[in-house]
Amino acid sequence: MRLLIADAEKCIGCQLCMFACARRQNEGGLAEACIGVRSIGGMERGFTVIVCRACDDPACAKVCPTGALKPRNGGGVRLDAAACIGCGNCKDACLIGAVFWDEEINKPMICIQCGYCIKFCPHGVLKKEAKELT
Amino acid sequence: MLANDTLANVLYIDLSNKQYWVRHRVDLFERYLGGAGVAVHLLDEECPAGVDPLSDENPIVFAVGPLTGLFPLASKTVAMFKSPHTGNLGESHCGGRSAVAIRLAGYGAIVVKGRSDIPVYLAIHGDKVHFRDASSIWGIENSFTVGRIIRESETGAGLRTIMRIGGAGEKLVSYACVITETYRHFGRLGLGAVFGGKKLKAVVVSGRRSLPVGDFKTYRKTYDEIYDSAVGSPVMKKYHDLGTAGNVLPLNILGGFPTRNLAEAKFEGAAEISGEKFAEQYLGRRLACSHCPVACIHIAALREHYVDEPYFYKTHMISYDYEPIYALGSLLGVSDTRGFLSLMEQVEIFGLDAMSAGVVLAWATEAQERGIISEKETMGLKFNWGDCGTFMKAVKLIVRQPNDFYSALARGVRYASSVYGGMEFSLSLAGNEMPGYHTGPAAHIGVMIGARHSHLDNAGYSVDQKNLSKQDVGFEELAADLLSEERWRQVLSSLVVCFFARGLYKSDVVLKALELTGFALTREDLNRIGEAIHKRKYEFKIRHGFSLDDIYLPKRILETSTPFGQVSESYIKSAVSHFKRLIDSSPY
Repeated sequence: MRLLIADAEKCIGCQLCMFACARRQNEGGLAEACIGVRSIGGMERGFTVIVCRACDDPACAKVCPTGALKPRNGGGVRLDAAACIGCGNCKDACLIGAVFWDEEINKPMICIQCGYCIKFCPHGVLKKEAKELT
Repeated sequence: MLANDTLANVLYIDLSNKQYWVRHRVDLFERYLGGAGVAVHLLDEECPAGVDPLSDENPIVFAVGPLTGLFPLASKTVAMFKSPHTGNLGESHCGGRSAVAIRLAGYGAIVVKGRSDIPVYLAIHGDKVHFRDASSIWGIENSFTVGRIIRESETGAGLRTIMRIGGAGEKLVSYACVITETYRHFGRLGLGAVFGGKKLKAVVVSGRRSLPVGDFKTYRKTYDEIYDSAVGSPVMKKYHDLGTAGNVLPLNILGGFPTRNLAEAKFEGAAEISGEKFAEQYLGRRLACSHCPVACIHIAALREHYVDEPYFYKTHMISYDYEPIYALGSLLGVSDTRGFLSLMEQVEIFGLDAMSAGVVLAWATEAQERGIISEKETMGLKFNWGDCGTFMKAVKLIVRQPNDFYSALARGVRYASSVYGGMEFSLSLAGNEMPGYHTGPAAHIGVMIGARHSHLDNAGYSVDQKNLSKQDVGFEELAADLLSEERWRQVLSSLVVCFFARGLYKSDVVLKALELTGFALTREDLNRIGEAIHKRKYEFKIRHGFSLDDIYLPKRILETSTPFGQVSESYIKSAVSHFKRLIDSSPY
């Protein structure tokens, strides 16, 4: 399963998905959110929803010098926090900007494709899709 | 409150000396929750009687609440200041990203003091405050442009608020507003002019902290309950589908829709400026405040042809809501949908309170019709009901104030009519231009006695609608109803819960949510807190010269029939006197 943006045009910018992501990790506020919503240069133009798209061949994992990020079965990555040295290569490698950063521990935060946020998007922006394994 | 919560951090910023510091005010937050309750105390501490609202001594207080960033729909920021418009308590509420940004930057309140010697804007990113030289953007009259420039030069996209003023704030128009996120406002009572008086062009705040919560399992459960009731509620659906503009047709059918300076209360052109009309033909986008699933903010897309070039167009994105539709629509006799949107945009560009601007223009139109003012005063403009083009020119002149007449209009309708006459049809109560409800006695009494003279203080219009089915509601009952509603709303606005969600945040839900943020309170505690905050506001008002006995009641309000028929002056006065007795007898 992976998270998909069904229609970003429907996004109202409420950011409930971001709060849900943090809550899923037993955090209030937004520090731990692995999904981001911001306007496209002004709210009148709509929003961009930034989240890991679970690449088949994740660029972030390829540039990880310690193997802390490993491709996950079905797409995307898993982080072995103990192996991560916080170099930030992964963050630079992701063109989407979907590698968020935990400033407190200096390590990446990446969506684990759990889909909890979908439950809190009342306008159908997010959906979950089964991905064929290749 | 929870020991590790940053809510009690109050950020003080001194524009005169370009300094800032943080004080921990657990005392205030423990007792008054946040928002309005904390803000009125901070205002009181910083603003003694006699302070000139446009001087360096007038503080600006922003406050949010414990539920902000943790629960949905608790996303309003309360601003308090001394109003340059009424010369008394200034309180204005705004959504957008403002409240969540302040809370996640690590503050429960921000106090801006002093006056800068050069134009500045403030950039508050977490625990860092930057005083940015705003010389290069001072003088930009268009609030959209100011937002666009700052958006590019500051960090924190998606996690920030950009509060800014347009030309009206710089020129100290007493009802200039502060605009955030392009489409939300600290609309009423002139916060924009207080910014202008401080040479403060904008305030940017960003943050993305974690917030502590009590028991996480209960937190998620309570959150889900509130969320489910929000997305399942018919009220929320109404605000999502049509927005507040959905109230135009019902209020018009009721006969409570002020028209042509309230000479009438039904508008024959209502359908052309209704929520249905805008949604069907112009709705281009819906937006939400942070942490609110509703998206009541409705943006019209207005395509305009460049007259000098074939096949070349621009698209204006203009927000519309019930109150501006009343003030810049029916009250001015405007039934031209496109014309209304252009006038609305003009008011947004310059950053005026749309409600006050509409009332001022309506008075000017009637005053010119009656010959009280001539084209000499208006500099050649001939105001006619429905003529948006002329009103748009007048908006610009009100901001730029090229003569005494427009300077008078820039101080509101009470002042303008005190100079030129026509007070009997100048639609202001206690110095604030009236909102769009001629629904009966409670609407007007509510605005008169409301601590900020806003329809949202006690929702008198809603009391009227409830009373329509009853026989002869006595003035005692009516005054008591309004007071009890206003006291409860002090609790909601201290939690900064949006008033549209008041049906979701009943006291049991409030208590549950508060418990998770470390406030162990009872229903009686909430009632006591609401009453105490209300009393404190009134003490501030009286200390700054307000008296319930001095409120001028324009005859027009009494002459034009409401759904209850004509409202009697003696009934209004009795209700106001009774209200005064009730607050005087409050033990707090």
